[in-house]
This record gives sequence, structure tokens and C-alpha cells, in this order.
Amino acid sequence: MDAKSYAICFKPSSSALKRSNTTRNWYRVAKLEQLKTIGRELTKGSQGGFYQSKEFLDLVKSIGEARSKAEEDRIVLSEIETLKRRISEPDIPKRKMKEYIIRLVYVEMLGHDASFGYIHAVKMIHDDSLLVKRTGYLAVTLFLNEDHDLIILIVNTIQKDLKSDNYLVVCAALNAVCKLINEETIPAVLPQIVELLAHPKEAVRKKAIMALHRFYQKSPSSVSHLVSNFRKRLCDNDPGVMGATLCPLFDLITNDVNSYKDLVISFVSILKQVAERRLPKAYDYHQMPAPFIQIKLLKILALLGSSDKQASENMYTVVGDIFRKCDSSSNIGNAVLYECICCVSSIYPNPKLLESAADAISRFLKSDSHNLKYMGIDALGRLIKISPEIAEQHQLAVIDCLEDPDDTLKRKTFELLYKMTKSTNVEVIVDRMIDYMNSINDNHYKTEIASRCVELAEQFAPSNQWFIQTMNKVFEHAGDLVNIKVAHNLMRLIAEGFGEDDDTADSQLRSSAVESYLHILGEPKLPSVFLQVICWVLGEYGTADGKYSASYITGKLCDVAEAYSNDETVKAYAVTALMKIYAFEIAAGRKVDMLPECHSLMEEFLASHSTDLQQRAYELQAVIGLDAHAVESILPSDASCEDIEVDKALSFLNDYIQEAIEKGAQPYIPESERTGMLNISNFRNQDHHEASSHGLRFEAYELPKQTVQARIPPASLASTELVPVPEPMYPRESYQTTTVPSVSSDAASTELKLRLDGVQKRWGRQTHFPSTSTSNSTSLKTVNGITQVDGSNTANSRTRETYDSRKQVEISPEKQKLAASLFGGPSKTEKKSATGHKSSKPSSHMVKSHAPKSSMEVASEKTSVQQPPDLLDFGEPTVKSTAPSLDPFKDLEGLLEPTTQVSSAVNHSSTAAVTKSPDIMGLYTETTAGAHHKDSDILSGLSNPPMTNMVGGTTTMQVAQSSKGPNLKDSLEKDALVRQMGVTPSSQNPNLFKDILG
Amino acid sequence: MIHFVLLISRQGKVRLTKWYSPYSQKERTKVIRELSGLILTRGPKLCNFVEWRGLRVVYKRYASLYFCMCIDEDDNELEILEIIHHYVEVLDRYFGSVCELDLIYNFHKAYFILDELLIAGELQEPSKRTVARLVAAQDSLVETAKEQTSSITNIIAQVAK
Repeated sequence: MDAKSYAICFKPSSSALKRSNTTRNWYRVAKLEQLKTIGRELTKGSQGGFYQSKEFLDLVKSIGEARSKAEEDRIVLSEIETLKRRISEPDIPKRKMKEYIIRLVYVEMLGHDASFGYIHAVKMIHDDSLLVKRTGYLAVTLFLNEDHDLIILIVNTIQKDLKSDNYLVVCAALNAVCKLINEETIPAVLPQIVELLAHPKEAVRKKAIMALHRFYQKSPSSVSHLVSNFRKRLCDNDPGVMGATLCPLFDLITNDVNSYKDLVISFVSILKQVAERRLPKAYDYHQMPAPFIQIKLLKILALLGSSDKQASENMYTVVGDIFRKCDSSSNIGNAVLYECICCVSSIYPNPKLLESAADAISRFLKSDSHNLKYMGIDALGRLIKISPEIAEQHQLAVIDCLEDPDDTLKRKTFELLYKMTKSTNVEVIVDRMIDYMNSINDNHYKTEIASRCVELAEQFAPSNQWFIQTMNKVFEHAGDLVNIKVAHNLMRLIAEGFGEDDDTADSQLRSSAVESYLHILGEPKLPSVFLQVICWVLGEYGTADGKYSASYITGKLCDVAEAYSNDETVKAYAVTALMKIYAFEIAAGRKVDMLPECHSLMEEFLASHSTDLQQRAYELQAVIGLDAHAVESILPSDASCEDIEVDKALSFLNDYIQEAIEKGAQPYIPESERTGMLNISNFRNQDHHEASSHGLRFEAYELPKQTVQARIPPASLASTELVPVPEPMYPRESYQTTTVPSVSSDAASTELKLRLDGVQKRWGRQTHFPSTSTSNSTSLKTVNGITQVDGSNTANSRTRETYDSRKQVEISPEKQKLAASLFGGPSKTEKKSATGHKSSKPSSHMVKSHAPKSSMEVASEKTSVQQPPDLLDFGEPTVKSTAPSLDPFKDLEGLLEPTTQVSSAVNHSSTAAVTKSPDIMGLYTETTAGAHHKDSDILSGLSNPPMTNMVGGTTTMQVAQSSKGPNLKDSLEKDALVRQMGVTPSSQNPNLFKDILG
Repeated sequence: MIHFVLLISRQGKVRLTKWYSPYSQKERTKVIRELSGLILTRGPKLCNFVEWRGLRVVYKRYASLYFCMCIDEDDNELEILEIIHHYVEVLDRYFGSVCELDLIYNFHKAYFILDELLIAGELQEPSKRTVARLVAAQDSLVETAKEQTSSITNIIAQVAK
């Protein structure tokens, strides 16, 4: 064997491996290593393992020695030829065949097409011996995607293998199931997989769970009736199975948080046990107890506790414990720490935990490792939503990261800046972003950062001038990458102005746009999208302020059409722009004389192959021939924003039709009344639906899904289950109303067990579910509005506290300046309320009216746009946020009761569960049984109308708030001041803010 | 979720690929080319993460071999880094101080091990011991199967005599 190809041994670069407890030595001389490897190869060849022929070893070797990609390709192609020939020979011994398949895998791995051999791999999985079967399964999972035609040939074998009494066969089949089973074939294997959930071997249970998880991702409705099975598996006595169950549960909870609130206690107690090292030693990883399970659990808790105070309170202790126990010197410890920070920033804020999180972040940011800095920046981005002041402590670290040569770190920092943009720092941030955008070639990221620039500019622009200039820069450098909608938005913005009453500002905006565009036209090679905007604006407003003559503008437009003669869209825009200019001239009573180049251009377009261009050119010709009055009514100036009324009934044709009918023409029969046709088309439609919703059928009749159970009252069913299994619908619905806002309250209604999607409703009255779910969602949104408003208020008062204690460190003046422009600036509240105003208008128009909206409206807009919570408009005069000067305790004492009751019940059951039985298995069942008790407690406690609970929730928040005392008052005063001035700094009163902000 | 796992040598040679999300053969080649261009050129002190088409690629270098995993934007990068390390440790335990050559010649075994570790783009088994036991069970079954076939061939050979 040649030494050269073996010189690629692992060298001592991995310091990380040394950490692991296995005693190994990576520091070895390459020569020795070679010998060893060769020896090992030889022994393995004789021992068994995998039989490799000389041929295959030679192939691998020659590819290893290949000096160029071309040479490698040549070798592989000749190998493919050999394989093609050999593999189709009759009576190949199994062992030989296995080797061929492995060689095919190798060829495919190198990026060549081995599809000629797929069928042989499929044949191989039919084999009886596991040895051969396993290779077959490996090959098909690597070769085929779930939509491949051959899948249908595999399903049958998989079905057979899932029934095998050898668990290794079952495992191999389950591996294939995870990769290959598609939406259509799920019903074929689903019942068997559900059975396997109770298999004696934990490896099988684990894989079965993961298969169901995969099915859920592919088609959520296929496994939605199996939720109870997942809950049961959560108490499996094998930690591996329990860990695997967290995957599907995470997905389910992501889609519908409210149905799983009852599991909070169980998750918390599992996490507690994991953190206390109750799991077998084998799950330790680098001295951490089962960190991967911890991370998964923290992710789930973050979802469950998100803006749910009650659920979050159950988590505080355990998360705090983990913060303390994490070993921040190891990578895995930091991974868990990071997940803790994510969890803390997602659940209902707790000052103590926020402090720990801030500590962890500052440790990350101060670290030398780029990885940790990266995570620190990311974590910072999450935490500033809750406590914005934390960014200021780390401003220098952030700026260092921004200037770091590492692109990944830079981009992450831009993401952070994007999250903390306000009207005071938008100029600096967007400028930086544009600079960076110009310096990179990665189109994907360029598009992203360009759209972010546009978004920020639209939201926070300090002046029209700046806005136009910024948009110009973005278009110039990333023009063809930005979405065409952005261009349309820009045109509309220029046309509509900023929505204020005074027209001078609007016309100033337009003139400055025209001016800058005329200037930019001098540059070569502009992106098409940008040219379209330019043409449109020049046509519409080029001569509006009388600064430029019509002949000057038309000359420019002709130049554009000539210079970009292969871009039809731009030419079309240019012709229409020309038409507008001429029309305005004629309407104003001036004489129009076409430039010679314009004449030649028109002649060219009149004979153009593009019918669109031709049409436009003829229209232009026709318009020029008309008199002033007619032209004015065709193309009135500055009317692009006015709606055109369309007479859909085409009433102006009535006379013509009447005439035709009188002459004996057939009257028109609407499509719906042409009966014969209708039935056929309807039938066909239905047929189509059936096909798409059911797909392949593998047995005669499907088992009825558990629809009926859904309507059975809870008590009778739930008592038989080990874990709270929320099959019954009613309790779940009412439970939902008492807790946090649902992400999509529709999720509940889609979970109804009958699958109606894709099937035409033909009979029966409408179910009552939709109406309940909508009423829920509105009330929830209101809760959301209030809760978050309060939350941001408290956050703000904290801001004041720490703001003063901020330290100034010695740093270079440039950085200081940058830091000041990014983070600094006094009068936090002003900025905030400004952003609040802005964000309440999420569309691209600037703010139009300052009339305060009702809190509900704002809240619902929030949820639909998913603005980060710190942008919430707490300046709005909602009842709740301005009330706290009254005594909240007395007023709402009575209403608080249900909440306390429930939480005490919760506490009770959790402590009982934890103390009672020491062994894990017992604990799981115990806890979950306890949790179940609690479930019914909650139900009884919260059966009052949802409003009560809602108010109860807010009361407690206010209690927390009022303890802040003067700070709150202070901020409210500021707030009031801002509202009194009634400003958004960008548009109406920029000078005022210039004074305040310096 | 992990979208794919790639093992690339420093020279850009592919050692192992596993795709958990659907990619056509053409896309795969493109992905590998793009990523090896992106990752192999990065300096040693930089982040082990790369942003790529709206996803993240976490990579770690062991001697001349780069282990890469592509994940969603909201996944925990440090965790993935440890999953890579976890895989390497399992490989190491299985092969007994693993080196690139082991993976070159026994890539199918590396696949089998990966299948016990990750499934459907998620970590299915956090315990090294369990993975090792499962792989060993499969191997021993292969051994017995082998003995059987050889004994059968012996019998046939004897009968044929």
C-alpha cells in the first residue's frame, strides 16, 4: 500500500478530545499509525466484519491518490462502467452483491449517479439474512428520497420486517421508515409502529418514537390521535426513550402550547432529577448529567412558560439550579447555559434569573473563544427584548464583534443591531449595514441584509431626504436582489407622501427624489428594478415642480430606453413615463415637440416583437394626437394614488346588448345556471379531493379514529390513564382561555379528530367549534396586550435604575463615538414611545395618524406582525397601565383567589411527588399522577368565566410593578410628556428631537 | 433539526454524507462544493459556525477531517458541536483510536454508527454505552451469520466431494 495516501492520519490538532475521559493518545507518529492501520485492515478482512476485495481497496486507494478532480472523476466513471456490467450478471453470490452495493454507495457519495443500481439495493432488503438486509437498508436510505418511485416496492418488506421477532431486524426497518416513508405510505406502517411503542427492547421503542416524530413532521394529522402515546412514553423507564419522546413533544408543543400546560410539572420534575444526577452514569457527558436531555427540556419549558406567569413560576427554581450547577469551563456546560438564557428570556421574567442570565452573557462576551462570543451576541439579542439596558453594559464588546474579521460573528452582530434599532441610531446602523452589504458577494445574505435595511429605513427614517438616499444606495448595490415589492412600496411611498396634511413636504420629497434619480442615471449599469422606479418617478413627477423642462426629462428617459435595450420591462416603464410627461405638457396647454431620438424610439417600439411595448407605443401616439381636455381626463397629473372605479357589471354595454338581442342573438346564461355542466364538474372536483386526501390505501377499511372519545366528558376517560391525557376537547378549550395567548388558536380546532380538510362538506349543520375558538382568540389577545404592556413598563423602570450606574471605560475615541451613536442618547422613554408608534404601523407606509388605538387593536396587530415585545407601545393610554396609582390590592383582592388556589395546589402536588418515592420509575408515575390531580384542580378552580382569571393575572403583575414606586411614576410622567407633544420624531417634529438628543 | 451531516477532508474530499432533508443529487453536489469552499478556507481561531442560505453549518476539525452538520437557525450551535464530538467519541470507542483511514475503508460502519446516534435529524441516543452495545449486537449477529454461511458452504463442499 502506498504511503502517500495514508499520510492523512489524524494529527494532534484536537485538544477537545483530550477532555474526554477515555484515555487515548492522539499524538502519534504518522508512520506508526500507517502500519497499525494496515495491520488492522488485514485483521478485519480475515475476521469478518466487512469483506472487502482487493478491487475495492484499490479503488479507494486510487481515488485517494487522485491529484485532481478530473482524475478522480475518470476513475469513478470507469468504476461505474465496471459495476454496471457486473451487477447485472446472473447468480451473483450474496457476499459479492453486498460489496457491489457498498461500492455503489461509495460512488454516489462522491457525487456521481448510481441510480442504475438502486433496484438491486431494493432487492437486497428482501433477503432473509440480517447481514445482507442491513446493507440493503443502509443503501436504500442513502440512495432514495421519500418521493422516489421505488419506495412502493420497499413498503411491503418494511411491513414484514417490523413484525420480525429479531429486534435488530426491526431496528433496521425502523431506520428506513424514518427516512423513506412518505405521507402516502404512512397509513401502511402506522399501526405496526404504534404497537412497537410497547416493545420490550428500549432501542425499538426509541426508534418507533422517532418514526412517529418524523410522521408528525410530514403530516401532523396522521399522528394527532397518538398524543397520549407520547405522554405515556415520557414515563418510560429507559432514559433514552424518554429523551427521544421529547423530540415529538417539542414539535407538538410548538404548534399548540395550551394543550400541554399540564405537563409543566412533569417536565420540571424530570429536569430536576436529571440535574440532580438521578440518571444512570452512562448518560453523563463530560461530567455533565445528560446535557442533551437537559437542553431539550429547557427548550420545551421555554415554549410552555412563554408569557405564562403561572407556568413560569414553577420553573424558576430548577432553572436557577441549573444556572448554578453549570460548569462554564466546558463547551457542553456553556451549551446548557446558553439554553438556560434562552429559556429565561422566553418565560415570564424573573429578576433573579435575568441577573444570572446577564452574568452568563457577560462571561460569554468576555471570553476569548469566538464561539462563545457568538453565542453571547445571540443571547444578548434575546435578552434585550426583556431588559434593554443590558446592551449598554456590553457596548464595547458588541462593537469589537462588529469589527471582527470573522464574517459569522459580524453577521450575528448585525442581527443584534437590527433588533435594537431605534429612531436615534437608525442612521448609524443602516449605514454600517449598507457598507457591509457592498463588501460581500454572498447573494443570499445580501438579499437578507438589503431587505433589513429597507425595513429599518421605512420604520425609523429620520427624514425624507435620508430615506430616499438610503433606498438609492440599497437599490444601487443590491437592486436585482431585493424583492420587487420593495420597489413598488417605494413608488407608493413617494406618491402618497408621508401621509401628513401639508403638501409641501410631499412635493419636497418628490423633488428630492427626482433630483437624486437624475443624478444617479449618469452611472452605468443600474439594476433593472431600480430603473423601473426611476422611470416611474420621472414620468410622474419629473416636470411637476417646473425645475426641469419636459424635453430634458424625455431625453433622459429615451437614454434609459436605449441604454437598457434588452430589458423589456424597463423599456415599457420608460414609454409610459414618456406618455405621462407629454400628457402633462398637452394638458398644461404647451406645445409638444418630440425629440428626434424619441421619434426613432417610438418607431422602433411600434414594430416591436413585444406586444406590450407595441401597445404602449400606439397608446402614446394616440394620446399625443388628442386635445388638452381629453388628455387631462385620461392622464390627470398626480393622480396615481386615486382609485379607479371599475364598473364590473359593464353597464355601458347595455345598449349594445339590447340591440343585439333585438336582432335575434342568444342571451347570455351565467355559468352557474348552465345546469348540465355543473354536476359533472362538481363531481370531478370531488373525485380529485378524495384522491388527494387519502392517497394510497393499504387495507380495505381504515380503523375509525378516536373521534367519539373526544366528546366524552373528561372524568370517565382520564382516570384510566397514567399521565394526564388530554383527549377530551371541552376541558382543554376552557383551560386554554385561562392561560396565555395562544399562538394560533386555530391549532385547537384543527386538532379535532375528524379530518375534514380536503373533503367537501355535504351535510350536517356547522359545528360549533369554530365559533368558540375565535371568541377565545380575541379575549386572549386582549390579555396579551395588557400583559405585555405591563411587562415593558417594569422593564423600563429597571432601565432607569441601572442606567446611572453604568461605568465608563477608557477606550479609543472612535469606538466611543460609535458606541454613543449606537447605544447612547438620553431620554429612553421618548425613543421607546417613538418606536411604539412606529411599530403599530407595520406596513410600509409611514405613520399616518396619531390617534391612539384601542389596546386591543394594537395587541392584535402586534401578534400578527410578531414584533419583539420591547417595541410594544406602552405609551398608549390603556386602562391597566395608567391605573396603578390606585391601590390594586383592595380592588382586585377578591379576583385573585382562584389563581392562588391553583398555584397552591400545583405546589402541593409537585412537592408530594418529589418527596415520596426515590427511584426514577416510581417518580415519573408519581409526578404525573400528581399532575393529573392538579389538572382536575385547575379545571374546577378556573371554571369561572375567563374574564375573572384574566384580571387576576394582571393584578399580580401590577403588584410587582407598584413595588418599583417612584421609578414607575417617573417613567409614566415622561411618557405623558411624550404623548403631550404627540410626536413621532421622524416626520412631524424632527427639530425638537434634535435638540433633546444633541 | 439537523438537515445533513458531511465529513470532508482538508483536501475537500468527501468521506461521508448523510441527508436528513430531501436534496437531489444535483443539489447535494452543489451543497458540498459550496460548503467546502466556505469552511475549508476559514482560519483556526474563528467561530465553528457558518451562516449559509439562512441555515447554520456547525463544523469541527479533527486532524485533517472536518465534521459538518447543517442545522436550523434557532438550534443551539454549541449543542451541535458537542453532538459532533459525541459522534467522534463513539467512533473512537468503536474503532479504537479512530483515524481518517478507518472511515475511508469502513465508511459503511460509520454510517451504521451514525444511524444509532442520529435519526430523522435528531439526536436519538445520548448514551455512548447504549450506542456501542447496539452496534456490537449487530456486528455479533453479522459474525454468527457469517459462521453459518461458511459452515453451510463447508457442508455443501463436503457433500459435493
